[in-house]
Amino acid sequence: MTAYSVPQVRWRSWLLSAAPQSRIQARLGNLYLGWLSFLANPLALVGMAIVVALLLMALFAPLLAPGSPYAQSLTERLLPPSSEHWFGTDELGRDIYTRVVHGGRVTLTIVLLVAIIVAPLGLAIGTAAGYFGGLLDTVLMRITDIFLAFPRLILALAFVAALGPGIENAVIAIALTAWPPYARVARAETMTLRESDFISAVRLQGASSMRILVRHVMPLCLSSVIIRVTLDMAGIILTAAGLGFLGLGAQPPIPEWGAMVSSGRAFLLDQWWVATIPGIAIFVVSLGFNLLGDGLRDVLDPKQRR
Amino acid sequence: MPSPAILSLRELSVSFGRGADLVEAVRRLTFDVAEGEWYGLVGESGSGKSTVLRAISGLLLHWSGGMVVAGEPQRPRRTRRFHKLLQMVFQDPYGSLHPRHTVDRALSEPLAIHRIGDADRRIDRALVDVGLDPSFRYRFPHQLSGGQRQRVAIARALIVEPRILLLDEPTSALDVSVQAEILNLLRRLRGEHGLTAILVSHNLAVVAHMCERLGVMQNGEMVEEMSVGQLRAAAPQHPYTRKLLTASGGYDRQVLAAVGETA
Repeated sequence: MTAYSVPQVRWRSWLLSAAPQSRIQARLGNLYLGWLSFLANPLALVGMAIVVALLLMALFAPLLAPGSPYAQSLTERLLPPSSEHWFGTDELGRDIYTRVVHGGRVTLTIVLLVAIIVAPLGLAIGTAAGYFGGLLDTVLMRITDIFLAFPRLILALAFVAALGPGIENAVIAIALTAWPPYARVARAETMTLRESDFISAVRLQGASSMRILVRHVMPLCLSSVIIRVTLDMAGIILTAAGLGFLGLGAQPPIPEWGAMVSSGRAFLLDQWWVATIPGIAIFVVSLGFNLLGDGLRDVLDPKQRR
Repeated sequence: MPSPAILSLRELSVSFGRGADLVEAVRRLTFDVAEGEWYGLVGESGSGKSTVLRAISGLLLHWSGGMVVAGEPQRPRRTRRFHKLLQMVFQDPYGSLHPRHTVDRALSEPLAIHRIGDADRRIDRALVDVGLDPSFRYRFPHQLSGGQRQRVAIARALIVEPRILLLDEPTSALDVSVQAEILNLLRRLRGEHGLTAILVSHNLAVVAHMCERLGVMQNGEMVEEMSVGQLRAAAPQHPYTRKLLTASGGYDRQVLAAVGETA
């Protein structure tokens, strides 16, 4: 134990040094402090465990569920959960466990792609509108209003109908409908920051507007955007499911969770597991992302730390 | 005035709003600041003294009148060269440092903007210059006291080696003992860097301690310009200045004495 802890103490004190010798040491020290405050938040840890488990599940899907998610067996239709089929089978006799595990890949791809498109887009539009104000603000915010005026699913439907069905187009359509709230959040935050002295100070240093936005304004808007993304994850999964249900998202027989819920709807009363199991999967993943987002907010703000 | 003016304002006017809401914050203000001189602007809250600084620094774009800085007539939009020439220290050190940037980042940003090399050494020197230990380099603003933050803000302004410094009530957000430290720091830096400065304050004692000349502002107008010698002799001409002097007289002598001891 003691022989063990000596080097441990050494790198700990190096990381937690009050007077770091280099930029890298300071940055690593801050990361470590963030990690410590993250560890102190049990709910965030649960969230991260869920998300990591989901990533591992998607990564090792063929090992965890060796069968094919497409293998049909019409003699084994709608079997309840058993030792052979852990989560039962669906209306075509496909093993639901296998489909849920493989479906994690599809769902994760959709969610992550949408998040990667939406967060920077909303952030860029919102901070630009909030910082420059005037005509640019008016134009950008009216465009945002137009997008917000339509129900999200209807707008996504229109886009997919125009682009053609498929997962990629569903991602684009969902992203196009999901960015306005992000722009609104980022704009509101930017407007409170715009007149602050530290932004004035960097303007007086001769910084370009681009530099001010990217290096000084955006980092402060980032945490609320991240919270918003994690809270939106469930909505994104459900919108993808809605599109799948209408035949415009993931095409059968792709094992997308939302599409699985939709197809199980017909048997909800007699064969509950067909819709419930993928539904639980969606719920658990949404919960995981929400908890993780909450924990991340605390970590992202160095002021919250000791 | 021996040396030529490094900064001169001619009929500078700033107004906000329009129609019935029109507020003339600064009215036809004219004054010169010589190279190496420290000029004080005093007046009560709302007299427009901070607005003058914002117009000079380029933060305010809608002003009228003439402004010549270091021989160059200025338009509302400024060049990068102008920002290297003139820097500003804000009143509130709690608001003027980016909350997520370490001291290191705050000081390397102006160097990066002006493409000044040798950042590492310059940052360390700037910290020592303002009396901060280099161990503060990777701290966040919330880990510093008000006085330490103001030192960082001063280091940030001086790191690009400006010739003119605008000081917007640099000590009024600090407690009295720290105020004296910051004022003495500014005096020392003035000597070392040969700075010219405009110091805005409502505290006549501070201006008397730091400046050679001062202008008294009321309702956006300069009502009187005088030397600190005249102020010390309590010989202001304008009734408003006299009122200001008597208003601050209650604690004026004590503050002067306290500042004088540590100087």
